[in-house]
Amino acid sequence: MSPKTLYDKIWDAHVAHEAEDGTCLLYIDRHLVHEVTSPQAFEGLRMTGRKVRAPEKTIAVPDHNVPTTLDRANPETMTPESRIQVDALDKNAKEFGVHYYPVSDVRQGIVHIVGPEQGWTLPGMTVVCGDSHTATHGAFGALAHGIGTSEVEHVLATQTLIQKKSKNMKVEITGKLNPGVTAKDITLAVIGETGTAGGTGYVIEYTGDAIRSLSMEGRMTVCNMAIEGGARAGLIAPDETTFEYVKGRPHAPKGAQFEQALEYWKTLFTDEGAEFDKVITLKGEDIQPVVTWGTSPEDVLPISGVVPAPEDFEGGKIEAARRSIEYMGLTPGQKLTDIEIDTVFIGSCTNGRIEDLRAVADVVKGKKIKDGMRAMIVPGSGLVRAQAEEEGLAEIFKDAGFEWRMAGCSMCLAMNPDQLSEGERCAATSNRNFEGRQGYKGRTHLVSPAMAAAAALTGKLTDIRDLI
Amino acid sequence: MEKFQKLTGIAAPMPLVNIDTDMIIPKIFLKSIQRSGFGKNLFDEMRYNRDGTEIADFVLNKPQYRSAEILVAGDNFGCGSSREHAPWAIADFGIKCVVSTSFADIFFNNCFKNGILPVVLPQEQVDILMADAEKGENARMTVDLEAQEITTSDGEVIKFDVDAHRKHCLLEGLDDIGQTMQKAASIDAFEAKASAARPWV
Repeated sequence: MSPKTLYDKIWDAHVAHEAEDGTCLLYIDRHLVHEVTSPQAFEGLRMTGRKVRAPEKTIAVPDHNVPTTLDRANPETMTPESRIQVDALDKNAKEFGVHYYPVSDVRQGIVHIVGPEQGWTLPGMTVVCGDSHTATHGAFGALAHGIGTSEVEHVLATQTLIQKKSKNMKVEITGKLNPGVTAKDITLAVIGETGTAGGTGYVIEYTGDAIRSLSMEGRMTVCNMAIEGGARAGLIAPDETTFEYVKGRPHAPKGAQFEQALEYWKTLFTDEGAEFDKVITLKGEDIQPVVTWGTSPEDVLPISGVVPAPEDFEGGKIEAARRSIEYMGLTPGQKLTDIEIDTVFIGSCTNGRIEDLRAVADVVKGKKIKDGMRAMIVPGSGLVRAQAEEEGLAEIFKDAGFEWRMAGCSMCLAMNPDQLSEGERCAATSNRNFEGRQGYKGRTHLVSPAMAAAAALTGKLTDIRDLI
Repeated sequence: MEKFQKLTGIAAPMPLVNIDTDMIIPKIFLKSIQRSGFGKNLFDEMRYNRDGTEIADFVLNKPQYRSAEILVAGDNFGCGSSREHAPWAIADFGIKCVVSTSFADIFFNNCFKNGILPVVLPQEQVDILMADAEKGENARMTVDLEAQEITTSDGEVIKFDVDAHRKHCLLEGLDDIGQTMQKAASIDAFEAKASAARPWV
């Protein structure tokens, strides 16, 4: 048998039907659903009299619209439009009988945090969701990607997706990371290297010692942003770190079945000699704490750098850079560490897990955020929030002057009350710095949790290495 | 789904690279639970001032492009979120075909589910079509899916590739779910085999 990549193995194990032209029906093991991209899909089922084929493999949770303030049990905290979507999910989840975590449930949170936390996401699975950051689940060695609403309806009705296989790409991060450098810096540095279209048509497998030494939380951060590099999905082969994380989770297999699963999971790696269509290698030691200066995730520079000039680029990127610099209100040549910020957002499916919050606490413990700074910490789930409270992190955050919020997508995409106002500038641990992403004319600099914490203290984009 | 066969219409030029789905339809318009009505907010933040008045120099506000049916766009069009509201807005505006050097994966898939033909061409050919689009309303292009060719207003013919299965579905306006349900026996058989091999799933 010819050697296979991890992607090849998962793909082959899920082809339910293959047409002569290579178009496949890929069987879906887990379908995650949220309130924004599903109402039209459920309505489609209703109109055609179809059922959800596998409600036991379908998990719904509202996250995009939900307010994160402590008083959110009061329906008045949501706009009428948001309430319609959240209510629609509530109704659809009950009517079609899928697993459901309502806003009132302590397990509610961002769909990509809830899935792994509850043990729904397991190695070797296919996982989809009407959300591009589904790539997150690739950290478990699961083939996971975002789909549109028509495909959501297709999966609900048939538990399959019509797919053609992508190409294989390997991103290897060798060696060790220097102090102050995190999973977020790895994933941004890779996008800086490949560009936002560099992964288009590929599934990425992240390998190398620097990846292996990451926790599951860090691996989820890396895979989460595979989509920002244009890839369909990101994957990391499962290992002891993965198995340890999965074991004992509510929906993970137990006892003898766990052992049986483990035996299978240990076969999920890229065979010696398997070929990749594209390979990128970065040295872990070369990666620095990074920050984005523009309005595309590929606009990445080490924090020690300066704002570039449009003429530093080529082709269509010249005009895009000119537009970005103007939108961001920056001057070419300006030191990144001279950029003043007024808002800090810590959270999202990229960096809203317990390890991220611990990293923030390490930086801000016993200190105060800068006067006038609006700084919020939004845990990725109700359980992350509870754990942070148990570990005493919440007290550290509140003492430092942070707002300590309830779980949700919050200011990552500003579909809820958490938004930037025109001209506000935010250091954010989320995943997209697009124009208007965090609020109309808001300005976003993507950073790691530690760098966001540092910025909250100083009021400027700050090199975390100066504080450790 | 509406069929796409052959279209002759005005093409609007949007050479900016990395046009993301937040630009195509900002998140504040994602709160509808319908599939229609998004066209008026297509490219909302580029197209309108905060007070709702039009930004005159945005391409789709120019008189010659207000009824464009084809968009010729910069590289990596549709990057970002999976929101199908992006192709819904494009289709609702009346655009049926988008041409670029590359598209983001999820957006590209979503187009085919909504009767929109995304065409990928090399830079030189996109440049030719961009120049043709910049001529304005008198320059009408023809996109012929059956023949897989675009004809410029000058009569220059550019061939393009398209996946055979997707072409067939667009030409016939076929519903994916209906087609997949015809393969229910394969799905049943797979499910039985997979649940024996991986009972924990």
